[in-house]
Amino acid sequence: MSINATLLIQIIAFVLLVWFVNKVLWGPLSKLMEERQKKIADGLSAAEKGKHELELAEQKAKEVLKEAKSQAQNILSQAEKRSSEIVEDAKVKANEEADRIKAAAQAEIEQEVSRAREDLRKEVASLVVTGAEKILQKEVDAAAHNDMLETLVKSI
Amino acid sequence: MGTVEYIQHHLTNNHIGEGFWTFNLDTIVVSFLLGALIVFVSARLGKQLETGKPGGFQNFVESILDFVSTNVRDAFPGHNPLIAPLALTIFVWVWLMNFMDLIPVDLLPYLFQLVTGDPHAHLKIVPTTDLNTTLAMAFTVFALIIYYNIKIKGVGGFIKMFLFHPFGKFFIPVNVVMTFIEEVSKPLSLALRLFGNMFAGELVFLLIALIGGTLAVGAAALFWAPLQVLLDLGWLIFHLLVITLQAFIFMVLTIVYLGMAHDEGH
Repeated sequence: MSINATLLIQIIAFVLLVWFVNKVLWGPLSKLMEERQKKIADGLSAAEKGKHELELAEQKAKEVLKEAKSQAQNILSQAEKRSSEIVEDAKVKANEEADRIKAAAQAEIEQEVSRAREDLRKEVASLVVTGAEKILQKEVDAAAHNDMLETLVKSI
Repeated sequence: MGTVEYIQHHLTNNHIGEGFWTFNLDTIVVSFLLGALIVFVSARLGKQLETGKPGGFQNFVESILDFVSTNVRDAFPGHNPLIAPLALTIFVWVWLMNFMDLIPVDLLPYLFQLVTGDPHAHLKIVPTTDLNTTLAMAFTVFALIIYYNIKIKGVGGFIKMFLFHPFGKFFIPVNVVMTFIEEVSKPLSLALRLFGNMFAGELVFLLIALIGGTLAVGAAALFWAPLQVLLDLGWLIFHLLVITLQAFIFMVLTIVYLGMAHDEGH
């Protein structure tokens, strides 16, 4: 157990071993482990980013949906308004039409009445002439008494 | 064979040479084999690394690597690409060399004696029970400590550290002695702690081995042999903690010492 030249050999062996371990084992393996660490960190951050993006997309989708809903509501209310307008319009038109028809009917009735009255007059005139002929036993010259008859007819 | 002889025999390295130029062959061969194991395994693993789905063994190595780099990050200020591989090498190599302690104390020496045909052949298979191994690592670390002290603080800063630390400029002689002791105690405590722990652990294994061996004669073996098994198992489990702890302490102290060398305010 005395110190001797073995010491020198052991020093050389130790130095060589350290050099070799560094070159072959520590260097590549720690590099690999570092790479793996980086890869994992990258993956995690990418996942985080993806999650964030998903959240954003969800938010956006919600917004779009909300907008679409409000738009639909808008369209619906507009359509309702329009339909009530149309109904109102139709009502007004129908009323006008009815009034018009009524007026036309009224006019026709009046025309009919006046025509009937005219016919009646004429009838009465001829009846009067005939009656007078009967009474006088002679023919009355219709033409000669036309003016008188006319006056008569008008007075009826 | 007597008890003392048995223990001494076990604690003698198989060596060649004389005086300083003695080479402890068993220490060198075993530590080189374990180093070669690390080299072989890392070279094989290095060729088939996978990012996506690492296999079981890669996971295991990665967890060791993660453990070491966490320790480096906690104890080492700043950045130096040498520290982490150095710490990893220390941890794994020291652990493997310590692990030799858990192989039954007589197994490999016995096999070695059979193979060589020499019944007195020495073989001490735990390299960390040889002071040369632990000092070799400690001195290497010490050289790095001095190198980084000078590199980070400059030669002037390094000298200033000796002159004005820890008591300020009025105690320069005391400071030089104190700082010198502080610096020299770093490699010595590193080496001696590991060596002492492993040596003592090996010794306890030898003593336990003696219970069923030399002590047991005839019918007494019926009592001593189970006791030896029980004690051996207990010490083995405890020692498994010790070898890991010692490897860990050597690694962490290396990191801390080098961190202190990088600390400019020191």
